Amino acid sequence: MNYVSKIRKFKQVGTRPARPDGDDKVTGRALYGADTVAPGMLMAAVLRSPHAHAQIVSIDFSAALAHDGVKAVVTGADLVAQDEGSLRDIQENCLATTRVLYDGHAVAAVAALTLKAAQEALKLIKVEYSALPHVIEVDDAMRADAPIVQSGRALENVPEGFSQNVTYHCQFGHGDTDAGFALADEIVTRSFKTAATHQGYIEPHACLAQMTTDGKAELWCCTQGQYNVRDICSALLGLEGSQLRVTASEIGGGFGGKTNVFIEPLALALSHKSGRPVKLVMSRSEVFRATGPTVSSSIDVKIGMTRDGRITAGRAELRYSGGAFPNETVSMGAQSAFAAYDMAAVETLGWNVLTNRPKEAAYRAPGAPMAIYAVESVVDELSQILNLDPIDVRLKNAARKGSKSSYGPTFDDVGLIETLEAAKAHPHYQAPLGPNQGRGLSAGFWFNFGGNTCVSLNVNTDGTISVIEGNPDIGGSRASISLMAAEELGVPYEKIRTIIADTASLGHNDITDGSRVTFSVGLATIKAAQDAIQKMCGRAAQIWGIDADAVTWEDGAAVPAGENAGKFPPLSLAEIAAVSFETGGPIAGHFEVNADGAGVSFGVHLCDAEVDPETGATKILRYTVFQDAGRAVHPSYVEGQMQGGAAQGIGWALNEEYIYGKDGRLQNSGFLDYRIPVASDLPRIDTVILEIPNPGHPYGVRGVGETPIVPPLGAVSNAVSRAIGKRLTQLPMSPPRILQAILKG
Amino acid sequence: MVAVTLWGTMRQYANDQEKVEVQAATFKELCDALIRDYPGMQPQIERGVSLAIDGRIYKEAWFTPISADSEVVLMPFMQGG
Amino acid sequence: MKNTHIATKVNGDGVEFTCEPDETLLEVLRNRLGLTGTKEGCGTGDCGACSVLVNGRLVCSCLVLAVETQGAEVSTIEGMASGDGLHILQQTFIDHAALQCGICTPGILIAAKALLDKNPSPTDSELRFWLAGNLCRCTGYDKIISAVQAAAAKMRAA
Ligand code: FES
Ligand code: FES
Repeated sequence: MNYVSKIRKFKQVGTRPARPDGDDKVTGRALYGADTVAPGMLMAAVLRSPHAHAQIVSIDFSAALAHDGVKAVVTGADLVAQDEGSLRDIQENCLATTRVLYDGHAVAAVAALTLKAAQEALKLIKVEYSALPHVIEVDDAMRADAPIVQSGRALENVPEGFSQNVTYHCQFGHGDTDAGFALADEIVTRSFKTAATHQGYIEPHACLAQMTTDGKAELWCCTQGQYNVRDICSALLGLEGSQLRVTASEIGGGFGGKTNVFIEPLALALSHKSGRPVKLVMSRSEVFRATGPTVSSSIDVKIGMTRDGRITAGRAELRYSGGAFPNETVSMGAQSAFAAYDMAAVETLGWNVLTNRPKEAAYRAPGAPMAIYAVESVVDELSQILNLDPIDVRLKNAARKGSKSSYGPTFDDVGLIETLEAAKAHPHYQAPLGPNQGRGLSAGFWFNFGGNTCVSLNVNTDGTISVIEGNPDIGGSRASISLMAAEELGVPYEKIRTIIADTASLGHNDITDGSRVTFSVGLATIKAAQDAIQKMCGRAAQIWGIDADAVTWEDGAAVPAGENAGKFPPLSLAEIAAVSFETGGPIAGHFEVNADGAGVSFGVHLCDAEVDPETGATKILRYTVFQDAGRAVHPSYVEGQMQGGAAQGIGWALNEEYIYGKDGRLQNSGFLDYRIPVASDLPRIDTVILEIPNPGHPYGVRGVGETPIVPPLGAVSNAVSRAIGKRLTQLPMSPPRILQAILKG
Repeated sequence: MVAVTLWGTMRQYANDQEKVEVQAATFKELCDALIRDYPGMQPQIERGVSLAIDGRIYKEAWFTPISADSEVVLMPFMQGG
Repeated sequence: MKNTHIATKVNGDGVEFTCEPDETLLEVLRNRLGLTGTKEGCGTGDCGACSVLVNGRLVCSCLVLAVETQGAEVSTIEGMASGDGLHILQQTFIDHAALQCGICTPGILIAAKALLDKNPSPTDSELRFWLAGNLCRCTGYDKIISAVQAAAAKMRAA
């Protein structure tokens, strides 16, 4: 539904109060995944494949089981075999049954009295492998003679004649691209490559599981979605959903990477076998080898432009690999590649290809950054060739209200023009550049999601409020939810406490992903508050002896709706709450919804870079993010999302990549060799928040979490390309790669 | 009748048409009608699709009403991070 | 392996524990002393989440053997606030929204305090290089730098 966009003056939304979990987090008291213990707890460790691809001939763990202190060993045979589809893939990924598909693929797990005993026992497990040929690069895996990662996994949409590694194909677009290219004065065609990058959350996956013989279980883990963990684990363990209670710990970063299940079923199975609580914590190396990086990609883009900067047609072909299991992430890339442009003719083709790499996990706006990087690079090159201002070119072609989007629907108000204009007017855009410096610009886009959401709001008898929601708070969402509850109820922020429920205490909530929490949980909280308000107005009506519809809610109190309703002094929330037992019992508001209307989001990033021509090293000198937040509920955390996404994107552009050896094994599974940006790598990241209200939310909120990782790849690449006077087409732009481009002359 | 715009890959199951017309008043009826009229779409629709109705994207929302003059675009099932 | 008996001071309190010779200080703090405010992000000295002070020196506790702390003074995040309130740095981190997920925060607070104790008015660049050993994946460091500078100003005025 559409919310009337009456201009609303907010009293609390838009302020910057202290977050409710701040004290716990600055004192070290907050409990993350690895921070809890249980009496009699065992420690677990996982045996992982040293092969990129191999048949498991046999597993003999008798010596491990006999090792001092070892209480249980599990292998793939201990999980309930799933029929097919994504659950089957998750099961295979958690513990391989017949074949290991990548370096780091889990094969067995051991629980013992100490971690050391468990690790020693791993060395006593004898796995006989028969090595199979492997393939790592997406373009290699598409070849007809490529080693086959999994056969029989191609969907019906894959045309005949492709390698069995090609599992998914998609195509989007409208208009006649050939006719469009014929109208162009200039056409640029380029091929791009982007490396797989890891979400790089600082907290490794960790869990503590207890499963009893009567089919009950408790699980504590760091996850972006406890309900999803419950559903998957109960299937893999043969538990009933109601009997497995999953509690989400405080979470040390996720960015999409903790939307999956990796170690939790192993810990539960070990607990089941040993009859004791089991704690399992990944090492950093395991996080890199066995949890989700993003897709790696190979992309061709062709764009035609008239002399005055009008795009006449665009075409992109995207080949993504998300590792050894099928996925459809490329469809998101193919839909969003040209989303920022109003185009008469556009066509995108997407292919998903299996390789012997770990199973892809979502990473902020999955599929979009690499596609938009490729398009934004070509648009920038065309602007250079035609000697046009790159913002003017984007303004000329920007998607706007009434544009037919590259993925089909017609856009409503999308805020891209305002965002581009803000960038153009910003002092950053006019600032002079020195030698070896370049300025890059990129637009970015993400869909944003709503989804299944459930909120309870309890009015306590002392006039305070407990909000119970079901989405782990990764970056301050409890503060935003409390703000919206306070705003709607008309009580101070300090009176509200928002907590995250376990799976038994509140109905289903979708994963904390898709930039959905402030939007959906916020919406459900506002609605739950309205539900409570309606009940409180009813109580006031009874107290006054008037009709319930003669009472309205103003500034935190029930008041008579008008002259005719009678003259009564306002009854505050606290006053109504204090007599709730006497007037009909406890008061609570609830709301359940599958929320739609999240509204797409555009951002524009400006980046100044300097390249050292001797070494090829890049320094980011200045960086500014412009983004439409609809309504910034807690502006500090909106800025934080924009800055954090930009920093991750800068890392992706300059340093980060999964590096494999000829043997198909990952060579840089640590933060020393997989280098994420550190404080001294980055300048200040300025932010400009635009607020163009989203009609799909009562307060106009738009998701903000994912879009900021999209533009940096193109913005940095365009800056570096302009600085060195050579067009770069591969990420990361590590110093040797840049140097090579400079030296090529 | 509702005119549904298909994404490129789905057009092969509808004689390469970009738009098809089906009798439907809700998301669910639309999916059922597409499967009935264009059986080749069944596997994809059963795996999941989203629907953009007048620019707003819906997923898993059976009873979302669709009016005859709505702009309706079939899209893949969407997922975020 | 035989356990060794160690007597040390943690956050000013005398503490005795036994540990194996190859156990790290991080493991002992978290697993034997219940001080889980110090985090493990890598275990290899690359992330700084495990930062503590040993005899006033900033170290990665994952790279220090617990047996090396015999007779030493160890300071962890749990000792930063005094009984009646947060340290200025801690309060400023909350006020400036310098944490998102917060997993890096204990290490960054310890490292920042170690710097300000030596250099009460660092430049942004000095601060960024000092904190280069402390990874934060959420914030892009911007608000962390602002918060430390704001806290430094308050501490200088105090
Ligand atoms: S855990 Fe010690 S530096 Fe990362
Ligand atoms: S706040 Fe999450 S790693 Fe720093």
